[in-house]
Amino acid sequence: MLSAVPISWFLTLSAVLFALGVAGFLFRRNIITVFMSIELMLNAVNLSFVTFSYHYKSVDGHLFTFFVMVVAAAEAAVGLAIILTVFKNRGTLNIDDVDSMKN
Amino acid sequence: MNLLTGVLFLPLAAFVVALLLPRNSGAGRTWALLSSAGIFLASLGLLAYFDRNIGGEQFGVNIPWIQSPDIHFAISVNGVSLWLILLSTFLTPICVLISWNYIKDRAKEFYAFLLLLEFGLIGVFLAQDLFLFYVFWEVCLVPMYFLIGIWGHDRRIYAAVKFFLYTMAGSVLMLAAIIYLYVRTHTFSYPAIVDMLGSGRLVFSPNEEILLFLAFFIAFAIKVPLFPLHTWLPDAHVEAPSAGSVMLASVMLKMGTYSILHYCLPLFPGASHACAPWIAVLAIIGIIYGALVSLVQPNMKKLVAYSSVSHLGFVVLGIFTFEQAGLDGAVYQMLNHGISTGALFALVGLLYERRHSLEIKDYGGVATAAPWLSTVFLVTTLASIGLPLLNNFVGEFLVLQGTALANFTWTVWAALGVILSACYMLWMYQRVFYGELGDEVKHHMPDLNPREWAVVIPLIVMMVWMGVYSQSFLPPVTKNTAMILKQTSVNVSYRVQAPAGAKSVEVARAR
Amino acid sequence: MQLWLIPILPLAGFLINGILGRRFSKSLVNAVAIGSVVLSFLWVLKTLLALGALQEPHLEHYFTWIQSGDLVVNCDFMVDRLTAVFLLVVTGVGLLIHIYATGYMAHEGGYYRFFAYLNLFMFFMLVLVLGASYLLLFVGWEGVGLCSYLLIGFYFDKKFATDAGNKAFIVNRIGDFGFSLAMFLIFRNFQSLEFSQVFTKASSAQEWVLTTIGLLLMVGACGKSAQIPLYVWLPDAMAGPTPVSALIHAATMVTAGVYMTARSNVIYNHAPGAASVIAIIGVATAFLAATIGITQNDIKKVFAYSTVSQLGYMFVGIGSGAYAAGVWHVVTHAFFKALLFLGAGSVIHALGGEQDLRNMGGLRKKTPITFWTMCCAWVAISGVPPFAGFYSKDAILAAAYEHSPAIYWVGVITAGITAFYVSRAMFLAFFGEPRGHHHPHESPPVMWIPLAILGVLSLAGGFLFNIPEYLRDIFPPIHEADNPALVYISVAIGFAGIALAYLMYVARPGMADSLANALKAPYQLIYNKYFVDELYDATVVKPLVGGSRLVLWKGVDAGLIDGTVNGVGARARDVGSVLRLLQSGNIRSYAAWVLFGGVALIVMMGLAGGIR
Repeated sequence: MLSAVPISWFLTLSAVLFALGVAGFLFRRNIITVFMSIELMLNAVNLSFVTFSYHYKSVDGHLFTFFVMVVAAAEAAVGLAIILTVFKNRGTLNIDDVDSMKN
Repeated sequence: MNLLTGVLFLPLAAFVVALLLPRNSGAGRTWALLSSAGIFLASLGLLAYFDRNIGGEQFGVNIPWIQSPDIHFAISVNGVSLWLILLSTFLTPICVLISWNYIKDRAKEFYAFLLLLEFGLIGVFLAQDLFLFYVFWEVCLVPMYFLIGIWGHDRRIYAAVKFFLYTMAGSVLMLAAIIYLYVRTHTFSYPAIVDMLGSGRLVFSPNEEILLFLAFFIAFAIKVPLFPLHTWLPDAHVEAPSAGSVMLASVMLKMGTYSILHYCLPLFPGASHACAPWIAVLAIIGIIYGALVSLVQPNMKKLVAYSSVSHLGFVVLGIFTFEQAGLDGAVYQMLNHGISTGALFALVGLLYERRHSLEIKDYGGVATAAPWLSTVFLVTTLASIGLPLLNNFVGEFLVLQGTALANFTWTVWAALGVILSACYMLWMYQRVFYGELGDEVKHHMPDLNPREWAVVIPLIVMMVWMGVYSQSFLPPVTKNTAMILKQTSVNVSYRVQAPAGAKSVEVARAR
Repeated sequence: MQLWLIPILPLAGFLINGILGRRFSKSLVNAVAIGSVVLSFLWVLKTLLALGALQEPHLEHYFTWIQSGDLVVNCDFMVDRLTAVFLLVVTGVGLLIHIYATGYMAHEGGYYRFFAYLNLFMFFMLVLVLGASYLLLFVGWEGVGLCSYLLIGFYFDKKFATDAGNKAFIVNRIGDFGFSLAMFLIFRNFQSLEFSQVFTKASSAQEWVLTTIGLLLMVGACGKSAQIPLYVWLPDAMAGPTPVSALIHAATMVTAGVYMTARSNVIYNHAPGAASVIAIIGVATAFLAATIGITQNDIKKVFAYSTVSQLGYMFVGIGSGAYAAGVWHVVTHAFFKALLFLGAGSVIHALGGEQDLRNMGGLRKKTPITFWTMCCAWVAISGVPPFAGFYSKDAILAAAYEHSPAIYWVGVITAGITAFYVSRAMFLAFFGEPRGHHHPHESPPVMWIPLAILGVLSLAGGFLFNIPEYLRDIFPPIHEADNPALVYISVAIGFAGIALAYLMYVARPGMADSLANALKAPYQLIYNKYFVDELYDATVVKPLVGGSRLVLWKGVDAGLIDGTVNGVGARARDVGSVLRLLQSGNIRSYAAWVLFGGVALIVMMGLAGGIR
């Protein structure tokens, strides 16, 4: 069944998802949205890993996917904690307002 | 593990405990006082068990620390470092006492840094592994940076950064040289390298030796500080809190001079001899220059800081005479400067606590209001200008006598510094303590209280003791410096005998 | 023989009075201060009696003070006949002045402090004369300088007093510079600083070495004993209380230079060049200071310049090889100059602090004891036979004649000037009509008894103590032609000086002023002390301070060194300020850069032909 779908479709979907993630990351100002964009990019990459893994009949891609998922989970935990602290301290989620490193 | 390891790690333990203490209570200073006094007692034990009849290193500990590269935790103590360690442990409780009421903000952290500093300083004097030495060298930097940067006066950030950058610039060179030595010898062990040099298994080409020597020497000379690398010192002193100034002047500067004596001379004897005339000239310029600039300082701490440049010039000069008297005098002068300049900074701190000014012109007539404070200050002043029967005289005499044996012209110039030291110190003393008593001074100048007596009495006792009976202190020093001189001359003579092609001699492996 | 007790007793007095004296009553302070000196004096007597003839030096070793390789400095005390003379003068005259001071200082603040310093001075002075090596001598040498500094600046709320103290210390330091260099050279050449060793080796050393050492020692002596060019501190030192002027700046400390050069006689015997320089400096100082003494109006200043001048005589003696004569003059000078100062102190005390001769006069009747005792000193210093000064000065001049007649003639003229200015001071103070508005009163017995004792010594000291005979073994007498004419000349000149002073200040009182008006330019020059202080200020002090401030501190330190370092820092910052534009602090711009970087990487890989 899957074989009916050409590999390029999966890769295209992955690329589109990644591009969406990048766009969201670049153009949205809400930290949460930015954060979700990052997750989107990670999962786009996961998709291409799985695709190639299936295509080449190799387990490496799957392995990497698990790694990425673990890292993403950790990142979500730390990232959300940071976001909460930022919101507590500054009362804003606008990413452009968090620039105290400047100067 | 032995007593020495204990003395080294007690301050670190005390530092950790200090960090765990509750914030904003008096516990920090009490703990710091008790622990530093305890450490001093432990270091006295070191003195008691130190065998004065043999030269060289004692209480050695050598434990592998890192497998690759081959770094050891190797420490031991010799006749010179023994006194410098005692100086550090002696002055730390005094520093705690002079900060007792002055440091109110973040007191716990202040005392913790003081203890960490003590740990680093002791480590520098003990380390026998070049890498370990480097680690301790840098460990000292951090607490001092914070002591100046957090508890200093108005321009503290500028001073702290300047201090940090100068020292870092030097120590980067030193690190490079240490790594180069490791590449050549495959060991960081200082005794092993000296051994290889002595037996001729390691020979540097002249250029190689000069470059390595300079890399070490510049790092040390910045710390000393040798003219013209001294400009960080006045700023750091003026901005540092009293305790910081005391530790900086009394012990940290000795890191430089001790390291020159302990590392530069035995490791690079040829280069030391080759550079000695240049360094001696710089030292003499420093002696006269520091004294002349002191003469015109309007700020007491700056004056004392520049006078340190002058005094440390004597130490460097003494080392590069390669005479027994010169080396002994240099070591003795390190200790003297630690006691008397430390006392000067402590006393200036007491004046600052009362009148809240470091400017000389804001004082006058203090002798009428606070006679004992003035008396103690006078004794310290006299010690600092080298009056006989007080400590500095013995050191200056030995250094100048050693210089006279090596090169009489140097002595003539260096002795000019002795005249000038009387000028700047007495002139300051006159303007601060003599004259009519102004209202501002009158109402803010109580005499010494018991806590302050506890600070000054040990210092005064040491000044008199070291001046009257130097034989309590000199014999272990002489043993050690004689050994350094021997190593230096043996290594030089080996170099002289070695043919020009000796640089191709392959380095013997350490193990 | 426990020589160490001699200096330790005054040191104990210093410590007790210095630490506890504030709580003591005046009589307790007196008891401690005078008691310690009395004990010390008695111990000196006992020691000297026990040691007997002292044909050989008596040496005692206590401990090793400094040891470094071959350099060993022991704490050893030594007594020989030269030391014995100085020990007696220091403790004896010192004791009298201590007693006098209890009267003089009775109404001053800081009573305990004064006596503590005085005792400390005794300690260092005794170490100076007892020390058996140059370094121990130097300990005392610096120590008495310290006490001099403290006592000159005793009234420390007065700026002129502390200025004078600083000046004394610093000028002495310049002398010590020479002394210490001499010590370093001595050790370099003789491998020891102990007198016995140095002098044994010195006789076989090269002459130029000994000449250099001799000249450097002389620089030290010039500082301590106020000779040209370093005499400028001594007149200013009169800012201290009068007993201090008598003890330190007349009788004992300033003669330390004479002691040191006499002690080094072996060196000078083998370095005739250096000895000649000493004689020339001595006679020049004697003459110059005597001329200044004529014009001064402050009674203490007159005697201060007189001291400088008399020290010049002692140096003439040393330089001419007549060490014994020099030491003899030290002894007689200690008697009559201490007496002059104490007498002046008594006058000042009587007049309630007045020091200006122009406001005195007619005191002969009001303070008869002071007058008669000071007369003893007057005749002694003027060289009237057979009083103390006559003997010693004559011995010096006779030796000087052998050495160089020119020095002798200058010395004789100076003797005339000496008689003149002392007589002037005496006539102005004690004769004529009272010029001030004071109610003079005679001093209490505690003050005039020491005066009387010193008066007797000034009269009889010359023929009582034949110092050259006593020191014959140490300083062999030089062979001099017996020339009675020399004696007649100097005595005649002395009387001429007294007579001239009588003429100008008693017989025809207006004459001095009209003479001063007639010779305005030279008078102003001398009155202003040849402008030496101003000269030093303009050529040494001002350039040094100004140069240090403007060139070294502001120029080199802040400008050159910090400028260079800051320049390096500034360039680094310039580079950084361009690079920091990348670091906008805006997270989305960072992300854009990441994207840009990623795309650029892929494009470059594509251009390079992809990954193979």
